[in-house]
Amino acid sequence: MSFLNWIDERFPLSKVWSEHLADYYAPKNFNFWYFFGSLAMLMLVNQIVTGVWLAMAYKPDADLAFASVEYIMRDMDYGWLIRYMHSTGASFFFIVVYLHMFRGLMYGSYRQPRELLWIIGVVIYLVMMATAFMGYLLPWGQMSYWGAQVIVNLFAAVPFGIGEPLSEWIRGDYVISDATLNRFFALHFLLPFVLAALVFVHIVALHKVGSNNPDGIEIKKNKDENGIPRDGIKFHPYYSIKDVFGIGVFLIFFTAVIFFAPEMGGYFIEAPNFEPANPLKTPEHIAPVWYFTPFYAMLRAVPPMFGSQFPGVLVMFGSIALFFILPWLDRSPVKSIRYKGPIFKTALAIFVVTFVFLGYLGVVASTEMILGVEASIWAPIFTAIYFAFFLLMPIYSKLDKTKPVPERVTS
Amino acid sequence: MKKLIAVAALALLPLTSFAGGGAAVQLEDANIDLTNHAAIQRGAKYFTNYCMGCHSAKYVRYQLMKQVGLSEEEIKDNLMFDKNKKVGDLMTIALAPEDAGKWFGAPAPDLTLEARLRKGPDWIYSYLKGFYSDPSRPMGVNNTVFKNVGMPNVLWELEGVKEAVYRYDVAHNGHAVESFDNKADAEAAAAKHGEGYKVEKHVESLKVVKPGQMSSAEFDQVARDLSTYLVYIAEPNKLERQQMGLWVILFLSIFTVIAYMTKKEWWKDVH
Repeated sequence: MSFLNWIDERFPLSKVWSEHLADYYAPKNFNFWYFFGSLAMLMLVNQIVTGVWLAMAYKPDADLAFASVEYIMRDMDYGWLIRYMHSTGASFFFIVVYLHMFRGLMYGSYRQPRELLWIIGVVIYLVMMATAFMGYLLPWGQMSYWGAQVIVNLFAAVPFGIGEPLSEWIRGDYVISDATLNRFFALHFLLPFVLAALVFVHIVALHKVGSNNPDGIEIKKNKDENGIPRDGIKFHPYYSIKDVFGIGVFLIFFTAVIFFAPEMGGYFIEAPNFEPANPLKTPEHIAPVWYFTPFYAMLRAVPPMFGSQFPGVLVMFGSIALFFILPWLDRSPVKSIRYKGPIFKTALAIFVVTFVFLGYLGVVASTEMILGVEASIWAPIFTAIYFAFFLLMPIYSKLDKTKPVPERVTS
Repeated sequence: MKKLIAVAALALLPLTSFAGGGAAVQLEDANIDLTNHAAIQRGAKYFTNYCMGCHSAKYVRYQLMKQVGLSEEEIKDNLMFDKNKKVGDLMTIALAPEDAGKWFGAPAPDLTLEARLRKGPDWIYSYLKGFYSDPSRPMGVNNTVFKNVGMPNVLWELEGVKEAVYRYDVAHNGHAVESFDNKADAEAAAAKHGEGYKVEKHVESLKVVKPGQMSSAEFDQVARDLSTYLVYIAEPNKLERQQMGLWVILFLSIFTVIAYMTKKEWWKDVH
């Protein structure tokens, strides 16, 4: 142990180990929903590792990019596997993060004292979206190109003469071009490391306030004579082994898609992306990748006003910005859905349906008929419901009848 | 500046309005089998002989055919016509895209990924069988799957010449109410129905009017071989991927069971 002592005198290795793993007490009643935090970290590592390997053969050049992806798929040893791990990983990263966020919504993990923890999480989500967006341009397929064109043009909608120069500054050109591809590659390589740093901050904040749990009870309020929470168990080995099991189950789903349906019916890899980017040929139907479609649907839901798309852009960014103020919108005396009343439960259920339906609306053409009504009519209705869930929360969360919260966690 | 705004406005268009997909066309089942190496080899022969005059497969190397049982000599003798090329070279073509654009209206697309872009072998199979003579088109042919396509029917020597048998629908608001096999009857019926009824012309079926070198069944096999080949080159590792996937999932299943049992054991003292 003298070697460990030598290190500990110079770096707090044992202290970090015990504070964050061996002697970090987590509530013992974590359920299914508590797997997704560690799974999100696994996906971040997957994206970074496979991404670095892809970058060894990928060429960020408008003339070479598409062919270099095909080179990876065909001529590089197991290049196809690394590429599918990366493309499928992007979608699975979003799946686990959406489930992780939903867990927070259900059990009130954004409530005092975890407001900052939640906000750091929302920043992580934003950086993730930026990373995914830039990464999607890199294969330089038709959907890569036109998707980026549409999204960057959103910035052009900013009024007061700011929009045009802003979007040009982002692209480095008047249209998406080689200059854009090259800088998106640089940023797509950088941002994951920013994400890793943010995840570190997220965990430091988590270990400061302690984990929430499905009962929404603070386990730190009930400690034994040794100062150990009575409802807590050591993260390691209890949750480390539980997470290993969770990772096993998750990887079965993940690899099933990688090996048997990497395109996932055109949702993970869109068919038009098998054609190289062509600035002169607009695809019939431009839709962003599935994880952006709820926000895209809200963008399209707002008609142009005063000849400007800006209101739609505001609504889209506003729909994400709402997450930042969520901790102060919920006025319920209890945290967890288990002790909240029927109003909040109904509101959350409607919100989930709304989010999924908006995602669907973002995929289809706005002229698509759904239950006899055009998509363009559904979109504003569900956008309004989405906003109402947040903006009316101070009222309905207060009105709601709550159940008494137990002293100790329930199993 | 004005031009910039116009460009930006055009690019923003898809936000508010984008066209729906084209009318669905009935595709025939190509019924391909990727384990059938002979079919892939024959497909390669047809591809290099009939398609590669205009279409490249520029992400594929000739030597890929070694994976389906051809030797280097066989590849060189049967699939490569440019003696300066090596089997490790990519399947590029000499026709410049600009020239193709001038001659055919549009450059012939690279076909490496056609099967993945066009949603599979059925489309390719039906497309290859879908040519019929249409004197109004520059190449004298039209296609049931890809309307007004600029490509000539390069396989006509094998297939023969087909003509379309038309059907005339009397339609109201896009819904067909009656069908006729000749134009005059349909027009009379539409007139009888009155305002708002229009006659729509559809291709009902195709019939061979001048036989080619092959019977219709033989030509179906050519179309099937080409579809098989194009699906194969679009993702040569597909079968390897699926095979590996079985082992990976088998391993993960065992791993997960062991992890679960370990977790159960370690959690025994948690109450």
